[in-house]
Amino acid sequence: MKDKQAPISAVLSLIPGLGQLFNRQYIKGFVIFSLFTAFMLVFSDFFQAGMWGFVTLGTEVPRDNSIFLLSEGLVALIIISIGLVFYSLNIRDAYVNGQRLSQGKQVNSIRGTYHAILNEGYPYLLTGPAFFVLLFSVVFPILFTISLAFTNYDLYHSAPANLADWVGLETFKKIFSVDIWRNTFVNVLGWTVVWTLVASTLQVSVGILLAIIVNQKKLKAKKFIRTIFMLPWAVPGFVTILIFGGLFNDSFGAINNQILASVGIGPISWMTDPNWTRIALLLIQTWLGFPYIFLVTTGTLQSIPDELYEASVMDGASAWQKFKQITLPIILYSMTPIIITQYTFNFNNFNIIYLFNGGGPAVLGSNAGGTDILVSWIYKLTMQNSQYALAAALTILLSVFVIFIALWQFRRSNSFKEVQ
Amino acid sequence: MTSTKHPTGRIRRINTSLLLSYLVISIVIVIILYPIMWTIGASFNPGNSLISTSMIPSKATLEHYQALFQNEGSLQYLKWFKNSIFVSVSTMVLSTLSVTFTAYAFSRFRFTGRKNGLMMFMLLQMIPQFSALIAIFVLGQMLGLINNHLFLVFIYVGGQIPMNTYLMKGYFDTIPLSLDESAKIDGASPTRILLNILIPLAKPMLSVVAINGFTGPLGDFALSSVVLRNVESYTLPLGLYQLVTNPMTASYTKFAAGSILISVPVVIIFLLFQDNFVSGLTAGGTKG
Repeated sequence: MKDKQAPISAVLSLIPGLGQLFNRQYIKGFVIFSLFTAFMLVFSDFFQAGMWGFVTLGTEVPRDNSIFLLSEGLVALIIISIGLVFYSLNIRDAYVNGQRLSQGKQVNSIRGTYHAILNEGYPYLLTGPAFFVLLFSVVFPILFTISLAFTNYDLYHSAPANLADWVGLETFKKIFSVDIWRNTFVNVLGWTVVWTLVASTLQVSVGILLAIIVNQKKLKAKKFIRTIFMLPWAVPGFVTILIFGGLFNDSFGAINNQILASVGIGPISWMTDPNWTRIALLLIQTWLGFPYIFLVTTGTLQSIPDELYEASVMDGASAWQKFKQITLPIILYSMTPIIITQYTFNFNNFNIIYLFNGGGPAVLGSNAGGTDILVSWIYKLTMQNSQYALAAALTILLSVFVIFIALWQFRRSNSFKEVQ
Repeated sequence: MTSTKHPTGRIRRINTSLLLSYLVISIVIVIILYPIMWTIGASFNPGNSLISTSMIPSKATLEHYQALFQNEGSLQYLKWFKNSIFVSVSTMVLSTLSVTFTAYAFSRFRFTGRKNGLMMFMLLQMIPQFSALIAIFVLGQMLGLINNHLFLVFIYVGGQIPMNTYLMKGYFDTIPLSLDESAKIDGASPTRILLNILIPLAKPMLSVVAINGFTGPLGDFALSSVVLRNVESYTLPLGLYQLVTNPMTASYTKFAAGSILISVPVVIIFLLFQDNFVSGLTAGGTKG
């Protein structure tokens, strides 16, 4: 009998609390039983309605709103999974205490349980609120987006007149099979990649180069120069981008009217020719992005011990050799994580694309503007064209792409090993 | 000294390279200052358009600055300012608090689910918060939370947690455990250890997390434009964007005045704390 205590109490606690009663933890068993009963009573209607809505997405207009039903269904799923976690904890608890009994040990009294919860619960108390916020502000929206991608939700399938339906992979197929969507997708993806690579590389190299120039020993007024160089980083980015929008304006912008005119160059169509818009965007992003790299490089340079350079001078190294053999490797090695963040940042750099020229100018044969990157295209599909399912499908493609790159990067940088 | 062998040649070469450096630096300074000076100039120019704008206006006027404080029609600058400050400060406080607590738990305690929690954070920090855009749009409408600033703060805080928790945990990990243990022997509770030992030592990283929490919402356009639809509940990015794009009321000069008013305090704060930021950024970034 005694050695069967653990399995029996585990099986009994399939009805929450019974296992604990069997282990002679009467108050605990009673509390667990009442909590679970209350949980089921409160939520059972909600679960049923939620599951029905999630599966059918509504059957009758105008009574049902597919999107409300979908999100209620997801909330029900989340609450059910939280319930399942506690349910399995309850079974485990009964099993563990059953084992203690069969080994002849004492189980915790109600007071002991209370203290155990206080002690072991401390890290959960610390992380609990953050998890709660994450669950509803990040996890839930992501699940929602994933679900949307498999429906046909758009302007023509929305409440109150119409319902949306599950359509499986239809939306994904559309991206790759309908000509205009495929062309747009390929163009946008291509420019996103070019933009990410060129803009980030430019700002990183300008930042590093200027840091090396300013950090020369004999250079005066370093503090002053650094303060000025910090300005583009300190001024809020959206302000700067909108200012540049005015400066680059085709008709009244100062760049065409004052700077280029003064050297005898005719006006350039910065805002109406996609290629010129792209060049303007790259220039602006370099202006915005180099100070951060400049500051971090300056910090790194100052941490390189002088002895390294002195030793290399003894060996007869030239300035170029010192740079190539000492400075650059140290900078690149210690700054790799920061440099990589520049690339991921620009990949998702919605602000500059949208605030400068709205992703425009418009181009023929494309559903996106000439300078739209994936994120700004998704934004426009959602906010302007009500193409929700398509936007959701594109979001998934984009996230898969980003996660794939990030995982590849983490494998290289061994960050996984640091998860201890 | 090797340079004593060819004194004149060396010195001349150093001088030309130094001169070249000063030249490059001056050009960069001009490129940095030009848009800034231009904006300052525009904000004092009369009229709404920029065609006749000059950096040093002949008829300087304060009318645009005055207009910002009058809250007329679609120009609600003071409200936008207040909204932005409210959203940014709330996000900063809430995210710094929750990030500090979670990072403390992940760094100092070994509990069931810790590894899974860390993996979840790592995954979530890879997915851009942008992917939540559609959901936030639909949800905000469904729950009647359009124009609600606290809803926006809630979303921002959630977006800040994963990445910043990682930064903070990395920083806590570098603080020796022996400090905690000796405090524990003296009878300090876990909360006291966090408040009296870890937080004072982690100030550089705390300031990075706090500044991320403040500047993130301050510069965000996409998410806030989804939630805030009413001119009166706009934050500064939305308001200023509307100020230059609305065909009826577009005014670059008022926009310039508004930009100066928001940029000056932010720049002053940055300059005051620049040493703190830089040391924190370097520490956080290079640890990876």
